[in-house]
Amino acid sequence: MDWLLHPLTLVTFLPLVGVLILLFLREEQKEIIRWVALGTSLATFIVSLVVLAQFQPSNPELQLVIRRVWIQVAGWDIAYHLGVDGLSILLVLLTTFLTPISILSTWTAIEERVKEFMIFFLLLEVGMVGVFLALDLFLFYIFWEFTLVPMYFLIGIWGGPRRMYAAIKFFLYTMAGSILMLLAILWLGIRGGTFSLPELIAQNNIPADVQIWLFLAFAAAFAIKVPMWPLHSWLPDAHVEAPTAGSVILAGVLLKMGTYGFLRFNLALFPQAAVQLAPIMAVLAVIGILYGAAVSFPQQDVKKLVAYSSVSHLGFVMLGLFALNPQGIQGSILQMVNHGISTGALFLIVGMIYERRHTRDMDAFGGLWKVMPVYGALTLIVALSSMGLPGLNGFVGEFTILLGAWEAGQSDGSLRSYLYAGFAAIGVILAAIYMLTMFQKLFLGPLDKEENRQLKDLNWREIVTLVPLVILIFWIGLYPKPFFSLMAPAVDKLVGNLALSVAALP
Amino acid sequence: MLFGETTTTGPTFFALAPLVLLFPLLGLLINLIWGGRLPEKAIGGIASGAVGLTFGVAILQMLSLFSHPEGTVIPLVDWITIGELNISWGIQVDTLSVTMMLVVSGVGCLIHIYAIAYMHDDVRLNGDPARYRRFFVFFNLFILAMMTLVSADNYLMLFVGWEGVGLCSYLLIGFWYDKGKDGIGNALAGNKAFITNRIGDFGFLLAAFTMFGLFGSFDFDQVFGQVEQVAELLPTGILLITIFMLIGVTGKSAQLPLYVWLPDAMAGPTPVSALIHAATMVTAGVYLITRSHPLYAVVPQAQSLVAWVGTLTALFAATIAIAQFDIKKVLAYSTISQLGFMVAAVGMGAYVPGMFHLVTHAFFKALLFLSSGSVIQGVERGLHEVEHHHKGKHSAGHHLDPQDMRNMGGLRERMPTTFWVYLIGALALAGIMPLAGFWSKDEILLKASYKDVRLYTLLSIAAFFTAFYMARQIILVFFGKPRSEAAAYASESPKLITIPLIILAVLSVFGGALNLPGIHAFGHWLEHTVHHVPGVKGGVELPEFSLQVAAISTGIALLAIILGWLIYARWGETLQKEKKPYVDPLELTAKPIFSVLTNKYWVDELYWALLVNPYKAFSRWLAEQVDWRFWHDWLHDAVLVNGFKRLTVLLAQPIDLGIIDGIANGLATLIQGGAAYLRRFQTGYVRNYALAVFFGVVAIMSYLIFVLR
Repeated sequence: MDWLLHPLTLVTFLPLVGVLILLFLREEQKEIIRWVALGTSLATFIVSLVVLAQFQPSNPELQLVIRRVWIQVAGWDIAYHLGVDGLSILLVLLTTFLTPISILSTWTAIEERVKEFMIFFLLLEVGMVGVFLALDLFLFYIFWEFTLVPMYFLIGIWGGPRRMYAAIKFFLYTMAGSILMLLAILWLGIRGGTFSLPELIAQNNIPADVQIWLFLAFAAAFAIKVPMWPLHSWLPDAHVEAPTAGSVILAGVLLKMGTYGFLRFNLALFPQAAVQLAPIMAVLAVIGILYGAAVSFPQQDVKKLVAYSSVSHLGFVMLGLFALNPQGIQGSILQMVNHGISTGALFLIVGMIYERRHTRDMDAFGGLWKVMPVYGALTLIVALSSMGLPGLNGFVGEFTILLGAWEAGQSDGSLRSYLYAGFAAIGVILAAIYMLTMFQKLFLGPLDKEENRQLKDLNWREIVTLVPLVILIFWIGLYPKPFFSLMAPAVDKLVGNLALSVAALP
Repeated sequence: MLFGETTTTGPTFFALAPLVLLFPLLGLLINLIWGGRLPEKAIGGIASGAVGLTFGVAILQMLSLFSHPEGTVIPLVDWITIGELNISWGIQVDTLSVTMMLVVSGVGCLIHIYAIAYMHDDVRLNGDPARYRRFFVFFNLFILAMMTLVSADNYLMLFVGWEGVGLCSYLLIGFWYDKGKDGIGNALAGNKAFITNRIGDFGFLLAAFTMFGLFGSFDFDQVFGQVEQVAELLPTGILLITIFMLIGVTGKSAQLPLYVWLPDAMAGPTPVSALIHAATMVTAGVYLITRSHPLYAVVPQAQSLVAWVGTLTALFAATIAIAQFDIKKVLAYSTISQLGFMVAAVGMGAYVPGMFHLVTHAFFKALLFLSSGSVIQGVERGLHEVEHHHKGKHSAGHHLDPQDMRNMGGLRERMPTTFWVYLIGALALAGIMPLAGFWSKDEILLKASYKDVRLYTLLSIAAFFTAFYMARQIILVFFGKPRSEAAAYASESPKLITIPLIILAVLSVFGGALNLPGIHAFGHWLEHTVHHVPGVKGGVELPEFSLQVAAISTGIALLAIILGWLIYARWGETLQKEKKPYVDPLELTAKPIFSVLTNKYWVDELYWALLVNPYKAFSRWLAEQVDWRFWHDWLHDAVLVNGFKRLTVLLAQPIDLGIIDGIANGLATLIQGGAAYLRRFQTGYVRNYALAVFFGVVAIMSYLIFVLR
């Protein structure tokens, strides 16, 4: 039974203990339910810190690996196979960190069916952590699909007026992509005789032309999740309709499952295809950066603006990944974390004003800084982080990504990569335009709407939800070294493998 | 390390250099945390004290450099390390960076002290005293960012400061974010400044990427040490870096074509205009080019581009300044023009004259802005006086703009101290011997005179306009008779305001002594840093004095002042007797030209029509038509959903009718009938449904596995 008390098992399934407790509580015991959920998620966060403490940053390999045969089908083992390395550790921490914050944000926002809400939320955490830790392709797929279910209900039950439309669309779009991935997983497992990711990587014998097809099959699932342009049309619906906490997790973690998938599977399993398809991915990424930024700008609904800004930010992540060099990939991983923090905070911020005014139309606001100075100041910091102000986290990620993309041009000697980096850098200008416009429409100008005059500034609970994020914004911005050193060896190893595969290309 | 080991003779204070960052940081933190409970004087005192201490540290650095002129780098922390990318953060202590530190903290300290009194009135006039503290927090933040910029030992940390000062500029332009045109004007001016600067920063980023590609580093030492080799291999690369960098400079230092944000930036309180938008931040571009002189030295094409951008800006902005009526707008265009002089200078390789002019300009332009603030508040006090003591007599006072020079006149008698210091600042700016501006501008003109006669001519014309618009301003503000009740009742400002003005006036008079011809104290100071790179042409030249150039430029300035006097004092006075609302004499004689200038060549309108509106329209079209109506609605509803329905119906005919048709209908209802599902959810079947979906997924997967087996 050692697997049961293994730190990775605990960090993945501890939320189930909370679910179990919640099942015994009555719906009316709202306060207790909230505290149990918060306590569970905090305990999970602490366990994830234990994982961090046991993690050796200098080791590029998978660590804390646990592998037990789970299902045996016709000679193939489907295993309970978990492990963590530099590519995933930060995303696990991001998940366990954002979950309690999200739960805290629902304290007064969710009054209906609190028990079910918290159960779904904790189940969601199980799925997300599992996705980042699973090393068995089949297990990964189960976790991957499993996250859809609680999210579907979070949107469908506690969402806005068009919640059913959004929830179904979210479900079907992501499901559609996943099916192709499932087929590829089955193909890989049957051909390789194992579903174990490290073993499949070690086999390294997939012909280059087949790699392309498998790459595309996996990419179908991941690209929809990210979402890469032009597969993003489910995102504004899901975000606009989702309750605040759902949006935070959706943007903060679920989208990262897509980018993580590219990193963990596409780059590692299909290196030759990755190199060959990198230009296409980069072009889509750059289009996403510019398109997302341009479409954000005229939005009236703050939430929709933030949703489209995700398309732009995730474009940066994809660009960095497919620069296929250490700067680009490390920048991407950090930018996944950054986006989780900044965009997560932005959704929390939108939620706070929505709770007060029950509208997200920017024309309904103006001059809020006067009545809500703390709220205004925190929003400004988050907005600046999101638009990549040096000294805050966003810049470190974006800069290293752009530098990586530029460097890619240096190494392949073509003008292409310079153009990607150059055009992507225009996104930095456009980000300032939509973010400053948003801040101005909400907080600056005269306080001329009667309804806004009596608004109360943030209460302590709200400040507590935002401050940890703001601390990280400064920390990563000013001293990102600890974060980079967690991922550096693993990324170097990945890049080394990629380089070998390029050499093997005809 | 290039500067690491030094032969030590006597103590140095280099180790204290990090304090230039720490003091402003402490100042802003103290005010941020405890400022709410402190009285105004204490808040202002803490902020000013922090900058004063910073100035003290800068003085110590200067003293240390006297004995160790080669300077040093004080390493602080590693910032980003990925592969061969290694960005550490250290403090560059050399004669160039310390010059900037002295200017920023010295002038900054005076402006902070001035602001203690100025903001006391300003927050009350604008009706929100609570913002007093916020002002000083932002002001200290600016000093912190500016110190980061000038003390950085590599381009990336410089960029951190570069965008940091931009942020402070944004925050302080929009300080009265609920004021301005339609209540939103100031906030929009802040946006304009930030976004325009971002366009410049885009250039800076590209320069940084190219630099890293060529040199593999952002460190000044590393980059400059390799210039020679790289210049032989890839001169185009360096050309690209310098041109990209110039884009950044045109943003931050308000040069053509990105200067448009600076006039709008005058929306900020006057101490902000003095400190950020005249004396320090906007000169960062000049500093950047001077700092990067080893790069520019190897690409003459880039140098001449820089020189032309600066020269054209100098002339262009000077012409606009002639026809402005807002007292601060005149000074804003004057600042753009003077920055043009500096940029032209460093473009011509005249780094010492460029930096010299940066220093003297910091003195006299800070003086002029602060004095204009004194004038504005004097008129506002007059306005107050009129409204409260002469109620009912004049209602026109309500609409009076206290910054419009047409409402001034005759303030010489009401505000004597302000008048005298303003006059000194104006004469220094006009380039009248022996005031500071004369010496520095003369060095620039001298360099231009033997570098390129076209540049020299254009800069001389700009100098002529400079003297002319300052003469116009002095006369409109201080001479003649008051043209409004408010001006008639204006009163002198308090000591806390006038004392910094007097100090700056003294500096504006004697600042030229820094680099007198023949002695070149400043030149010899800077040449330790801005030196001849071995084997690279260009570097520090210490220009000699030319009586001819000096005589011409003085003659030009005097001529312009006399002309100004004739037009505005003599002719203007007679005009004024006839017409009640003030009309500029030039407007009467040369209306078409004057209105072109008053409207700033319609450049704002042009940018609006060419860039802003198209982007707005394009993004709206993209968002509403392409993304929403086409991609979101049409593609999703018409293509995916209906397509799937049709497909399923088609397949249902030949294949098993029962099963597949059922799924198709099921799916169709699933998507169409959201409401029906909603009702089901509200009846408590959620758990069952969750279970159903989950088992469904598992079932499909198992099916696939066994089929494929």
